[in-house]
Amino acid sequence: MDFLRDPFGFVIQEYTGWLGGLGLPAGWVDIIAKLTGALVLATGAMLFVVFLIWYERKLIGRIQDRFGPNRVGPWGIFQPVADMLKIFTKEYITPIGADKFAYNLAPILAVAAVLLLWSVLPLSVTVVGTDLNVGLLFLVAVGGLGEMSYILAGWGSNNKYALLGAFRLVAQLISYEVPLVLSALVPVMLAGTLSVNGIVQAQESVWFIVAAPAAALIFFIASIAEIGRSPFDLIEAESELVAGYNIEYSGLKFGMFFVAEFLHAFTVSMIFATVFLGGWQGPGAAEIPVLGFVYLMLKTFVVYFVTILFRGTLPRFRIDQMMNLNWKVLTPLSLALIMAMAIVGGLTRELPVFWQVIAFLLVNLLLLGATDQLMRLSQSRKTKSNLPMQPLRKVLTTSTKHGAGE
Amino acid sequence: MNGLQVVFLLAALVSLFSAAMVVSARRMMHAALWLVLTLMGVAVIFVTLQSSFFAVVQVLVYVGAIAILIIFSVMLTRRVMEDHGDQILPGWRAAGLVAGLLFAIIVGFLALWQGFTTMLVELPADADNLLDLGQALVSPQGYALPFELASVLLVAALIGAITIAVDRKEDQHG
Repeated sequence: MDFLRDPFGFVIQEYTGWLGGLGLPAGWVDIIAKLTGALVLATGAMLFVVFLIWYERKLIGRIQDRFGPNRVGPWGIFQPVADMLKIFTKEYITPIGADKFAYNLAPILAVAAVLLLWSVLPLSVTVVGTDLNVGLLFLVAVGGLGEMSYILAGWGSNNKYALLGAFRLVAQLISYEVPLVLSALVPVMLAGTLSVNGIVQAQESVWFIVAAPAAALIFFIASIAEIGRSPFDLIEAESELVAGYNIEYSGLKFGMFFVAEFLHAFTVSMIFATVFLGGWQGPGAAEIPVLGFVYLMLKTFVVYFVTILFRGTLPRFRIDQMMNLNWKVLTPLSLALIMAMAIVGGLTRELPVFWQVIAFLLVNLLLLGATDQLMRLSQSRKTKSNLPMQPLRKVLTTSTKHGAGE
Repeated sequence: MNGLQVVFLLAALVSLFSAAMVVSARRMMHAALWLVLTLMGVAVIFVTLQSSFFAVVQVLVYVGAIAILIIFSVMLTRRVMEDHGDQILPGWRAAGLVAGLLFAIIVGFLALWQGFTTMLVELPADADNLLDLGQALVSPQGYALPFELASVLLVAALIGAITIAVDRKEDQHG
Protein backbone atom coordinates (compact mmCIF):
# COMPACT_ATOMS: atom_id res chain seq x y z
CA MET A 1 0.00 0.00 0.00
CA ASP A 2 1.49 3.29 -1.13
CA PHE A 3 1.21 6.29 1.20
CA LEU A 4 0.82 8.80 -1.62
CA ARG A 5 -1.89 6.91 -3.46
CA ASP A 6 -4.05 6.26 -0.40
CA PRO A 7 -2.91 8.15 2.73
CA PHE A 8 -6.06 7.39 4.76
CA GLY A 9 -6.11 3.67 4.01
CA PHE A 10 -2.33 3.52 4.63
CA VAL A 11 -2.64 5.12 8.07
CA ILE A 12 -5.59 2.88 8.97
CA GLN A 13 -3.68 -0.24 7.98
CA GLU A 14 -0.52 0.82 9.83
CA TYR A 15 -2.58 1.63 12.91
CA THR A 16 -4.45 -1.68 13.01
CA GLY A 17 -1.15 -3.49 12.34
CA TRP A 18 0.46 -1.66 15.28
CA LEU A 19 -2.53 -2.48 17.52
CA GLY A 20 -2.30 -6.14 16.53
CA GLY A 21 1.42 -6.11 17.39
CA LEU A 22 0.62 -5.10 20.98
CA GLY A 23 -0.59 -8.62 21.74
CA LEU A 24 -4.27 -7.80 22.25
CA PRO A 25 -6.90 -10.32 21.18
CA ALA A 26 -8.27 -9.81 17.66
CA GLY A 27 -11.71 -8.74 18.83
CA TRP A 28 -10.28 -5.99 21.01
CA VAL A 29 -8.07 -4.72 18.18
CA ASP A 30 -11.15 -4.43 15.98
CA ILE A 31 -13.14 -2.57 18.64
CA ILE A 32 -10.31 -0.15 19.49
CA ALA A 33 -9.60 0.53 15.81
CA LYS A 34 -13.30 1.29 15.15
CA LEU A 35 -13.55 3.53 18.22
CA THR A 36 -10.46 5.49 17.17
CA GLY A 37 -11.85 5.80 13.67
CA ALA A 38 -15.16 7.12 14.99
CA LEU A 39 -13.36 9.60 17.25
CA VAL A 40 -11.13 10.90 14.45
CA LEU A 41 -14.02 11.14 11.96
CA ALA A 42 -16.31 12.93 14.43
CA THR A 43 -13.62 15.39 15.53
CA GLY A 44 -12.61 16.06 11.93
CA ALA A 45 -16.22 16.65 10.92
CA MET A 46 -16.83 19.03 13.85
CA LEU A 47 -13.67 21.02 13.09
CA PHE A 48 -14.65 21.13 9.44
CA VAL A 49 -17.74 23.11 10.47
CA VAL A 50 -15.45 26.07 11.30
CA PHE A 51 -14.54 26.23 7.63
CA LEU A 52 -18.14 25.65 6.49
CA ILE A 53 -19.45 28.59 8.52
CA TRP A 54 -16.85 30.90 7.00
CA TYR A 55 -17.56 29.58 3.49
CA GLU A 56 -21.29 30.05 3.82
CA ARG A 57 -21.08 33.52 5.35
CA LYS A 58 -18.65 34.64 2.67
CA LEU A 59 -20.84 33.28 -0.10
CA ILE A 60 -24.06 34.75 1.30
CA GLY A 61 -22.22 38.04 1.64
CA ARG A 62 -21.24 37.95 -2.02
CA ILE A 63 -24.82 37.12 -3.04
CA GLN A 64 -26.04 40.16 -1.09
CA ASP A 65 -23.29 42.39 -2.54
CA ARG A 66 -21.33 42.55 0.73
CA PHE A 67 -17.81 41.44 1.55
CA GLY A 68 -18.79 38.98 4.26
CA PRO A 69 -16.32 38.44 7.11
CA ASN A 70 -13.06 40.17 6.17
CA ARG A 71 -11.39 41.40 9.39
CA VAL A 72 -9.87 38.40 11.17
CA GLY A 73 -7.09 36.74 9.20
CA PRO A 74 -6.72 36.64 5.40
CA TRP A 75 -10.19 36.93 3.76
CA GLY A 76 -11.67 36.77 7.25
CA ILE A 77 -11.01 33.05 7.42
CA PHE A 78 -10.44 33.09 11.20
CA GLN A 79 -13.76 34.81 11.91
CA PRO A 80 -15.51 31.56 12.96
CA VAL A 81 -12.61 30.85 15.36
CA ALA A 82 -13.17 34.22 17.01
CA ASP A 83 -16.92 33.52 17.15
CA MET A 84 -16.22 30.13 18.68
CA LEU A 85 -14.03 31.68 21.41
CA LYS A 86 -16.77 34.19 22.12
CA ILE A 87 -19.40 31.47 22.43
CA PHE A 88 -17.16 29.47 24.82
CA THR A 89 -17.03 32.37 27.25
CA LYS A 90 -20.78 33.00 27.34
CA GLU A 91 -22.90 32.16 30.35
CA TYR A 92 -25.11 29.08 30.39
CA ILE A 93 -28.64 30.01 31.29
CA THR A 94 -31.17 27.38 32.31
CA PRO A 95 -34.71 28.76 32.33
CA ILE A 96 -36.87 28.33 35.42
CA GLY A 97 -39.10 25.27 35.20
CA ALA A 98 -37.00 23.67 32.47
CA ASP A 99 -36.75 19.91 32.41
CA LYS A 100 -33.00 19.81 33.09
CA PHE A 101 -32.33 16.36 31.64
CA ALA A 102 -34.19 16.93 28.38
CA TYR A 103 -32.85 20.49 28.13
CA ASN A 104 -29.23 19.38 28.39
CA LEU A 105 -29.56 16.17 26.37
CA ALA A 106 -31.07 17.88 23.31
CA PRO A 107 -27.95 19.71 21.98
CA ILE A 108 -25.80 16.59 22.37
CA LEU A 109 -28.35 14.43 20.59
CA ALA A 110 -28.67 16.98 17.78
CA VAL A 111 -24.94 16.82 17.00
CA ALA A 112 -24.75 13.06 17.54
CA ALA A 113 -27.57 12.43 15.08
CA VAL A 114 -25.67 14.29 12.36
CA LEU A 115 -22.32 12.67 13.17
CA LEU A 116 -23.93 9.21 13.02
CA LEU A 117 -24.70 9.87 9.35
CA TRP A 118 -20.97 9.92 8.61
CA SER A 119 -20.53 6.37 9.88
CA VAL A 120 -21.96 4.75 6.74
CA LEU A 121 -20.84 7.20 4.05
CA PRO A 122 -17.96 5.83 1.96
CA LEU A 123 -15.29 8.55 1.70
CA SER A 124 -13.17 6.66 -0.84
CA VAL A 125 -12.70 3.10 -2.12
CA THR A 126 -10.85 2.06 1.02
CA VAL A 127 -12.22 4.40 3.68
CA VAL A 128 -15.73 3.64 4.91
CA GLY A 129 -16.90 3.54 8.51
CA THR A 130 -19.19 0.52 8.27
CA ASP A 131 -20.64 -0.94 5.12
CA LEU A 132 -24.12 -1.74 6.49
CA ASN A 133 -26.34 -3.77 4.19
CA VAL A 134 -29.18 -1.39 5.14
CA GLY A 135 -27.05 1.76 4.92
CA LEU A 136 -29.55 3.98 3.14
CA LEU A 137 -32.33 3.11 5.61
CA PHE A 138 -29.89 3.82 8.42
CA LEU A 139 -29.35 7.32 7.03
CA VAL A 140 -33.09 7.97 7.19
CA ALA A 141 -33.57 6.34 10.59
CA VAL A 142 -30.85 8.46 12.19
CA GLY A 143 -32.82 11.51 11.05
CA GLY A 144 -35.49 10.37 13.51
CA LEU A 145 -33.01 10.85 16.35
CA GLY A 146 -32.51 14.44 15.20
CA GLU A 147 -36.27 14.97 15.44
CA MET A 148 -36.19 13.64 19.00
CA SER A 149 -33.53 16.20 19.89
CA TYR A 150 -35.68 19.08 18.60
CA ILE A 151 -38.68 17.86 20.57
CA LEU A 152 -36.55 17.54 23.70
CA ALA A 153 -35.21 21.06 23.18
CA GLY A 154 -38.60 22.59 22.55
CA TRP A 155 -40.31 20.84 25.42
CA GLY A 156 -37.44 20.96 27.90
CA SER A 157 -37.05 24.73 27.60
CA ASN A 158 -40.43 25.43 29.23
CA ASN A 159 -41.14 28.16 26.72
CA LYS A 160 -44.21 28.40 24.52
CA TYR A 161 -42.33 29.77 21.52
CA ALA A 162 -39.70 27.06 21.74
CA LEU A 163 -42.44 24.43 21.89
CA LEU A 164 -44.27 25.93 18.91
CA GLY A 165 -41.02 26.06 16.96
CA ALA A 166 -40.25 22.45 17.76
CA PHE A 167 -43.77 21.41 16.72
CA ARG A 168 -43.47 23.18 13.44
CA LEU A 169 -40.00 21.84 12.73
CA VAL A 170 -40.88 18.24 13.56
CA ALA A 171 -44.09 18.40 11.54
CA GLN A 172 -42.02 19.58 8.58
CA LEU A 173 -39.34 16.93 9.09
CA ILE A 174 -41.81 14.05 9.40
CA SER A 175 -43.74 15.19 6.33
CA TYR A 176 -40.70 15.57 4.13
CA GLU A 177 -39.31 12.24 5.23
CA VAL A 178 -41.99 10.59 3.06
CA PRO A 179 -40.84 11.88 -0.35
CA LEU A 180 -37.23 11.60 0.83
CA VAL A 181 -37.53 7.88 1.48
CA LEU A 182 -39.66 7.26 -1.60
CA SER A 183 -37.25 9.04 -3.93
CA ALA A 184 -34.27 7.31 -2.32
CA LEU A 185 -35.93 4.01 -3.27
CA VAL A 186 -35.29 4.73 -6.97
CA PRO A 187 -31.47 4.53 -6.69
CA VAL A 188 -31.96 1.47 -4.49
CA MET A 189 -33.97 -0.17 -7.27
CA LEU A 190 -31.38 0.80 -9.89
CA ALA A 191 -28.48 -0.48 -7.79
CA GLY A 192 -30.27 -3.52 -6.41
CA THR A 193 -28.90 -2.94 -2.91
CA LEU A 194 -29.51 -0.79 0.18
CA SER A 195 -25.82 -0.58 1.01
CA VAL A 196 -24.44 2.91 0.41
CA ASN A 197 -21.16 1.50 -0.85
CA GLY A 198 -23.07 -0.78 -3.22
CA ILE A 199 -25.02 2.18 -4.58
CA VAL A 200 -21.77 4.04 -5.26
CA GLN A 201 -20.27 1.03 -6.99
CA ALA A 202 -23.36 0.61 -9.15
CA GLN A 203 -22.81 4.11 -10.57
CA GLU A 204 -19.57 3.16 -12.28
CA SER A 205 -20.93 3.50 -15.83
CA VAL A 206 -23.62 6.14 -15.32
CA TRP A 207 -24.58 8.42 -12.41
CA PHE A 208 -28.10 7.97 -11.12
CA ILE A 209 -28.89 11.64 -11.63
CA VAL A 210 -28.78 10.89 -15.38
CA ALA A 211 -30.99 7.82 -15.11
CA ALA A 212 -33.43 9.35 -12.61
CA PRO A 213 -33.37 13.17 -12.63
CA ALA A 214 -36.90 13.36 -11.21
CA ALA A 215 -35.90 11.27 -8.19
CA ALA A 216 -32.80 13.43 -7.75
CA LEU A 217 -34.89 16.59 -7.81
CA ILE A 218 -37.36 15.26 -5.22
CA PHE A 219 -34.53 14.01 -3.04
CA PHE A 220 -32.79 17.38 -3.23
CA ILE A 221 -35.91 19.38 -2.32
CA ALA A 222 -36.74 17.01 0.53
CA SER A 223 -33.14 17.21 1.76
CA ILE A 224 -33.29 21.00 1.91
CA ALA A 225 -36.53 20.69 3.87
CA GLU A 226 -34.86 18.21 6.22
CA ILE A 227 -32.10 20.67 7.08
CA GLY A 228 -34.62 23.50 7.49
CA ARG A 229 -32.82 25.85 5.14
CA SER A 230 -34.52 28.54 3.11
CA PRO A 231 -37.05 28.33 1.46
CA PHE A 232 -38.08 25.85 4.16
CA ASP A 233 -36.81 27.89 7.12
CA LEU A 234 -40.22 28.41 8.68
CA ILE A 235 -38.79 27.11 11.90
CA GLU A 236 -36.88 30.30 12.53
CA ALA A 237 -39.55 32.68 11.32
CA GLU A 238 -38.43 35.50 13.60
CA SER A 239 -41.64 37.49 13.37
CA GLU A 240 -43.79 34.52 14.41
CA LEU A 241 -41.63 32.30 16.60
CA VAL A 242 -38.81 34.57 17.79
CA ALA A 243 -36.23 31.96 16.74
CA GLY A 244 -37.74 28.53 17.03
CA TYR A 245 -36.88 25.60 19.26
CA ASN A 246 -33.51 26.96 20.42
CA ILE A 247 -34.42 30.38 21.85
CA GLU A 248 -33.71 29.40 25.46
CA TYR A 249 -30.22 28.12 24.74
CA SER A 250 -27.09 30.14 25.29
CA GLY A 251 -23.35 29.67 25.05
CA LEU A 252 -21.99 26.39 23.85
CA LYS A 253 -25.37 24.67 24.06
CA PHE A 254 -26.65 27.04 21.40
CA GLY A 255 -23.38 26.49 19.57
CA MET A 256 -24.06 22.76 19.44
CA PHE A 257 -27.34 23.36 17.60
CA PHE A 258 -25.52 25.75 15.31
CA VAL A 259 -22.81 23.17 14.57
CA ALA A 260 -25.48 20.50 14.01
CA GLU A 261 -27.31 22.70 11.51
CA PHE A 262 -24.25 23.53 9.42
CA LEU A 263 -22.84 20.02 9.54
CA HIS A 264 -26.25 18.61 8.61
CA ALA A 265 -26.45 20.92 5.61
CA PHE A 266 -23.05 19.71 4.43
CA THR A 267 -23.84 16.07 5.20
CA VAL A 268 -27.06 15.98 3.20
CA SER A 269 -25.13 17.47 0.28
CA MET A 270 -22.67 14.62 0.72
CA ILE A 271 -25.51 12.07 0.80
CA PHE A 272 -26.90 13.55 -2.40
CA ALA A 273 -23.46 13.40 -4.03
CA THR A 274 -23.08 9.81 -2.88
CA VAL A 275 -26.48 8.55 -3.95
CA PHE A 276 -26.99 10.48 -7.19
CA LEU A 277 -23.61 11.85 -8.32
CA GLY A 278 -21.55 8.69 -8.03
CA GLY A 279 -19.83 9.35 -4.69
CA TRP A 280 -16.10 8.76 -5.04
CA GLN A 281 -16.46 7.45 -8.60
CA GLY A 282 -14.38 9.24 -11.21
CA PRO A 283 -11.49 8.66 -13.59
CA GLY A 284 -8.72 6.82 -11.77
CA ALA A 285 -10.51 6.73 -8.41
CA ALA A 286 -10.41 2.94 -8.13
CA GLU A 287 -6.61 2.82 -8.58
CA ILE A 288 -5.72 5.95 -6.60
CA PRO A 289 -8.18 6.05 -3.66
CA VAL A 290 -7.23 9.56 -2.53
CA LEU A 291 -8.54 10.87 -5.87
CA GLY A 292 -11.92 9.38 -4.93
CA PHE A 293 -11.96 11.48 -1.76
CA VAL A 294 -11.17 14.60 -3.81
CA TYR A 295 -13.95 13.78 -6.28
CA LEU A 296 -16.45 13.24 -3.47
CA MET A 297 -15.52 16.57 -1.85
CA LEU A 298 -15.78 18.40 -5.19
CA LYS A 299 -19.22 16.94 -5.88
CA THR A 300 -20.37 17.66 -2.33
CA PHE A 301 -19.26 21.28 -2.58
CA VAL A 302 -21.13 21.70 -5.86
CA VAL A 303 -24.34 20.50 -4.17
CA TYR A 304 -23.63 22.55 -1.04
CA PHE A 305 -23.06 25.61 -3.23
CA VAL A 306 -26.50 25.14 -4.76
CA THR A 307 -28.16 24.89 -1.33
CA ILE A 308 -26.44 28.14 -0.30
CA LEU A 309 -27.61 29.77 -3.52
CA PHE A 310 -31.15 28.67 -2.62
CA ARG A 311 -30.69 30.10 0.85
CA GLY A 312 -29.45 33.40 -0.45
CA THR A 313 -32.12 33.92 -3.09
CA LEU A 314 -35.45 32.28 -2.30
CA PRO A 315 -38.08 33.77 0.02
CA ARG A 316 -39.68 31.68 2.74
CA PHE A 317 -42.70 29.41 2.12
CA ARG A 318 -45.92 29.84 4.04
CA ILE A 319 -46.72 26.73 6.07
CA ASP A 320 -49.70 25.70 3.92
CA GLN A 321 -47.63 26.12 0.75
CA MET A 322 -44.93 23.95 2.26
CA MET A 323 -47.39 21.21 3.19
CA ASN A 324 -49.16 21.43 -0.18
CA LEU A 325 -45.89 21.05 -2.04
CA ASN A 326 -45.06 17.98 0.00
CA TRP A 327 -48.34 16.09 0.08
CA LYS A 328 -49.91 17.16 -3.20
CA VAL A 329 -46.85 17.29 -5.46
CA LEU A 330 -43.74 15.53 -4.19
CA THR A 331 -45.34 12.47 -2.58
CA PRO A 332 -47.66 11.52 -5.49
CA LEU A 333 -44.88 12.23 -7.97
CA SER A 334 -42.41 9.99 -6.16
CA LEU A 335 -45.00 7.20 -5.84
CA ALA A 336 -45.74 7.40 -9.57
CA LEU A 337 -42.02 7.52 -10.28
CA ILE A 338 -41.32 4.32 -8.33
CA MET A 339 -44.02 2.44 -10.23
CA ALA A 340 -42.91 3.82 -13.59
CA MET A 341 -39.25 3.01 -12.91
CA ALA A 342 -40.13 -0.53 -11.83
CA ILE A 343 -42.22 -1.15 -14.96
CA VAL A 344 -39.64 0.36 -17.32
CA GLY A 345 -36.84 -1.50 -15.58
CA GLY A 346 -38.71 -4.78 -16.00
CA LEU A 347 -39.49 -4.12 -19.67
CA THR A 348 -35.94 -3.08 -20.62
CA ARG A 349 -34.12 -5.74 -18.65
CA GLU A 350 -32.78 -7.41 -21.83
CA LEU A 351 -31.54 -4.19 -23.45
CA PRO A 352 -27.96 -2.85 -23.17
CA VAL A 353 -27.29 -0.29 -20.43
CA PHE A 354 -27.29 2.67 -22.80
CA TRP A 355 -30.86 2.11 -24.03
CA GLN A 356 -32.04 1.26 -20.56
CA VAL A 357 -30.74 4.59 -19.24
CA ILE A 358 -32.38 6.41 -22.17
CA ALA A 359 -35.71 4.75 -21.32
CA PHE A 360 -35.37 5.69 -17.62
CA LEU A 361 -34.50 9.26 -18.57
CA LEU A 362 -37.51 9.56 -20.89
CA VAL A 363 -39.90 8.29 -18.23
CA ASN A 364 -38.47 10.74 -15.70
CA LEU A 365 -38.75 13.72 -18.02
CA LEU A 366 -42.27 12.69 -19.00
CA LEU A 367 -43.37 12.56 -15.36
CA LEU A 368 -41.71 15.88 -14.56
CA GLY A 369 -43.41 17.51 -17.55
CA ALA A 370 -46.80 16.07 -16.60
CA THR A 371 -46.40 17.29 -13.02
CA ASP A 372 -45.50 20.75 -14.25
CA GLN A 373 -48.60 20.89 -16.48
CA LEU A 374 -50.86 19.65 -13.68
CA MET A 375 -49.49 22.25 -11.27
CA ARG A 376 -50.02 25.04 -13.80
CA LEU A 377 -53.56 23.81 -14.46
CA SER A 378 -54.54 23.74 -10.80
CA GLN A 379 -52.90 27.13 -10.23
CA SER A 380 -54.83 28.81 -13.04
CA ARG A 381 -58.07 27.15 -11.92
CA LYS A 382 -57.50 28.37 -8.38
CA THR A 383 -56.85 31.96 -9.39
CA LYS A 384 -59.91 31.92 -11.69
CA SER A 385 -62.31 30.58 -9.06
CA ASN A 386 -60.92 32.79 -6.32
CA LEU A 387 -60.97 36.12 -8.13
CA PRO A 388 -64.54 37.18 -7.28
CA MET A 389 -64.13 36.35 -3.59
CA GLN A 390 -60.84 38.14 -3.10
CA PRO A 391 -62.01 40.45 -0.27
CA LEU A 392 -63.76 37.62 1.55
CA ARG A 393 -60.69 35.41 1.23
CA LYS A 394 -58.55 37.96 2.97
CA VAL A 395 -60.80 37.89 5.98
CA LEU A 396 -60.83 34.11 5.96
CA THR A 397 -57.08 33.64 5.76
CA THR A 398 -56.42 35.91 8.68
CA SER A 399 -58.99 34.28 10.91
CA THR A 400 -58.85 30.57 10.05
CA LYS A 401 -56.71 28.29 12.08
CA HIS A 402 -53.08 27.69 11.25
CA GLY A 403 -52.33 25.69 8.11
CA ALA A 404 -55.96 25.11 7.17
CA GLY A 405 -56.12 27.83 4.51
CA GLU A 406 -56.32 27.30 0.75
CA MET B 1 -19.73 -14.77 28.81
CA ASN B 2 -18.77 -13.10 25.55
CA GLY B 3 -19.24 -9.53 24.40
CA LEU B 4 -22.46 -10.25 22.57
CA GLN B 5 -24.10 -11.60 25.72
CA VAL B 6 -23.01 -8.53 27.70
CA VAL B 7 -24.55 -6.27 25.09
CA PHE B 8 -27.74 -8.34 25.06
CA LEU B 9 -28.03 -8.26 28.87
CA LEU B 10 -27.44 -4.50 28.99
CA ALA B 11 -29.98 -3.83 26.23
CA ALA B 12 -32.53 -6.13 27.88
CA LEU B 13 -32.04 -4.49 31.28
CA VAL B 14 -32.35 -0.99 29.83
CA SER B 15 -35.50 -1.86 27.88
CA LEU B 16 -37.14 -3.59 30.83
CA PHE B 17 -36.28 -0.79 33.24
CA SER B 18 -37.50 1.94 30.91
CA ALA B 19 -40.63 -0.09 30.12
CA ALA B 20 -41.37 -0.11 33.84
CA MET B 21 -40.72 3.64 33.93
CA VAL B 22 -43.18 4.16 31.05
CA VAL B 23 -46.06 2.99 33.22
CA SER B 24 -44.86 4.54 36.46
CA ALA B 25 -43.59 7.96 35.35
CA ARG B 26 -45.70 10.76 36.81
CA ARG B 27 -45.55 13.00 33.80
CA MET B 28 -47.05 11.81 30.50
CA MET B 29 -44.19 13.44 28.61
CA HIS B 30 -41.60 11.54 30.63
CA ALA B 31 -43.46 8.31 29.98
CA ALA B 32 -43.30 8.99 26.25
CA LEU B 33 -39.56 9.66 26.46
CA TRP B 34 -38.98 6.46 28.43
CA LEU B 35 -40.93 4.64 25.72
CA VAL B 36 -38.40 5.92 23.19
CA LEU B 37 -35.60 4.41 25.27
CA THR B 38 -37.46 1.09 25.44
CA LEU B 39 -37.81 1.02 21.68
CA MET B 40 -34.12 1.81 21.23
CA GLY B 41 -33.27 -1.10 23.54
CA VAL B 42 -35.37 -3.41 21.37
CA ALA B 43 -33.50 -2.11 18.31
CA VAL B 44 -30.21 -3.05 19.97
CA ILE B 45 -31.54 -6.55 20.64
CA PHE B 46 -32.37 -6.85 16.93
CA VAL B 47 -28.75 -5.88 16.18
CA THR B 48 -27.42 -8.63 18.44
CA LEU B 49 -29.63 -11.05 16.47
CA GLN B 50 -27.91 -9.93 13.23
CA SER B 51 -31.13 -8.63 11.74
CA SER B 52 -29.96 -5.16 10.82
CA PHE B 53 -33.06 -4.48 8.74
CA PHE B 54 -35.39 -4.88 11.71
CA ALA B 55 -33.10 -2.80 13.91
CA VAL B 56 -33.12 0.08 11.45
CA VAL B 57 -36.84 -0.18 10.78
CA GLN B 58 -37.46 -0.26 14.54
CA VAL B 59 -35.67 3.08 14.88
CA LEU B 60 -37.18 4.51 11.70
CA VAL B 61 -40.80 3.59 12.30
CA TYR B 62 -41.14 3.37 16.07
CA VAL B 63 -38.73 6.05 17.28
CA GLY B 64 -38.84 8.28 14.22
CA ALA B 65 -42.58 8.22 13.60
CA ILE B 66 -44.75 6.51 16.21
CA ALA B 67 -43.01 7.82 19.34
CA ILE B 68 -43.02 11.32 17.89
CA LEU B 69 -46.72 11.03 17.07
CA ILE B 70 -47.35 9.91 20.65
CA ILE B 71 -45.39 12.91 21.94
CA PHE B 72 -47.40 15.17 19.64
CA SER B 73 -50.69 13.82 20.91
CA VAL B 74 -49.50 14.12 24.52
CA MET B 75 -48.59 17.75 23.96
CA LEU B 76 -51.79 18.57 22.11
CA THR B 77 -53.99 17.00 24.78
CA ARG B 78 -55.06 19.49 27.37
CA ARG B 79 -53.51 19.58 30.80
CA VAL B 80 -51.95 16.13 30.73
CA MET B 81 -48.49 17.63 30.90
CA GLU B 82 -48.89 18.48 34.58
CA ASP B 83 -48.74 16.11 37.52
CA HIS B 84 -52.02 14.67 38.63
CA GLY B 85 -51.12 13.20 41.99
CA ASP B 86 -51.77 9.51 42.43
CA GLN B 87 -51.60 7.65 39.14
CA ILE B 88 -51.92 4.15 40.49
CA LEU B 89 -55.16 2.49 39.46
CA PRO B 90 -57.37 1.49 42.44
CA GLY B 91 -57.70 -2.09 41.20
CA TRP B 92 -54.06 -2.50 40.26
CA ARG B 93 -53.74 -5.90 41.95
CA ALA B 94 -56.41 -7.48 39.74
CA ALA B 95 -54.92 -5.82 36.65
CA GLY B 96 -51.48 -7.11 37.58
CA LEU B 97 -52.84 -10.61 38.05
CA VAL B 98 -54.50 -10.60 34.62
CA ALA B 99 -51.36 -9.22 32.96
CA GLY B 100 -49.20 -11.84 34.68
CA LEU B 101 -51.56 -14.62 33.63
CA LEU B 102 -51.60 -13.42 30.04
CA PHE B 103 -47.80 -13.24 30.00
CA ALA B 104 -47.54 -16.79 31.38
CA ILE B 105 -49.99 -18.09 28.76
CA ILE B 106 -48.12 -16.43 25.90
CA VAL B 107 -44.76 -17.73 27.12
CA GLY B 108 -46.31 -21.19 27.58
CA PHE B 109 -47.56 -21.27 24.00
CA LEU B 110 -44.23 -19.99 22.75
CA ALA B 111 -42.45 -22.77 24.64
CA LEU B 112 -44.55 -25.32 22.76
CA TRP B 113 -43.26 -23.92 19.45
CA GLN B 114 -40.23 -25.85 18.21
CA GLY B 115 -38.32 -22.68 17.26
CA PHE B 116 -38.21 -21.75 20.94
CA THR B 117 -35.51 -24.26 21.78
CA THR B 118 -33.52 -24.05 18.52
CA MET B 119 -30.01 -22.72 19.02
CA LEU B 120 -29.14 -19.61 17.05
CA VAL B 121 -26.80 -20.09 14.11
CA GLU B 122 -24.43 -17.26 13.29
CA LEU B 123 -24.92 -16.02 9.74
CA PRO B 124 -21.91 -16.06 7.42
CA ALA B 125 -20.54 -12.58 6.76
CA ASP B 126 -21.69 -12.47 3.13
CA ALA B 127 -25.24 -13.70 3.76
CA ASP B 128 -27.90 -11.19 2.74
CA ASN B 129 -30.98 -11.89 4.83
CA LEU B 130 -32.49 -8.67 3.48
CA LEU B 131 -32.81 -10.28 0.04
CA ASP B 132 -34.49 -13.35 1.54
CA LEU B 133 -36.89 -11.17 3.48
CA GLY B 134 -37.87 -9.21 0.39
CA GLN B 135 -38.45 -12.34 -1.65
CA ALA B 136 -40.44 -13.98 1.14
CA LEU B 137 -42.74 -10.95 1.31
CA VAL B 138 -43.74 -11.15 -2.35
CA SER B 139 -43.55 -14.86 -3.18
CA PRO B 140 -46.85 -16.81 -3.14
CA GLN B 141 -45.16 -19.61 -1.18
CA GLY B 142 -43.99 -17.05 1.38
CA TYR B 143 -45.99 -14.24 2.95
CA ALA B 144 -47.59 -12.59 -0.08
CA LEU B 145 -51.15 -12.96 1.23
CA PRO B 146 -50.56 -11.56 4.77
CA PHE B 147 -48.46 -8.79 3.26
CA GLU B 148 -51.26 -7.78 0.88
CA LEU B 149 -53.87 -8.02 3.62
CA ALA B 150 -51.80 -5.73 5.83
CA SER B 151 -51.50 -3.27 2.95
CA VAL B 152 -55.26 -3.25 2.43
CA LEU B 153 -55.78 -2.68 6.15
CA LEU B 154 -53.34 0.24 6.16
CA VAL B 155 -54.94 1.82 3.09
CA ALA B 156 -58.36 1.50 4.73
CA ALA B 157 -57.02 3.18 7.88
CA LEU B 158 -55.50 5.95 5.76
CA ILE B 159 -58.74 6.60 3.89
CA GLY B 160 -60.66 6.53 7.15
CA ALA B 161 -58.34 9.09 8.70
CA ILE B 162 -58.68 11.38 5.69
CA THR B 163 -62.48 11.06 5.76
CA ILE B 164 -62.55 12.09 9.41
CA ALA B 165 -60.08 14.93 9.07
CA VAL B 166 -61.12 16.44 5.74
CA ASP B 167 -62.38 20.02 5.76
CA ARG B 168 -65.62 19.85 3.81
CA LYS B 169 -66.36 22.77 1.53
CA GLU B 170 -70.01 23.23 2.61
CA ASP B 171 -69.00 23.39 6.27
CA GLN B 172 -66.74 26.35 5.62
CA HIS B 173 -69.57 28.55 4.45
CA GLY B 174 -71.97 27.58 7.21
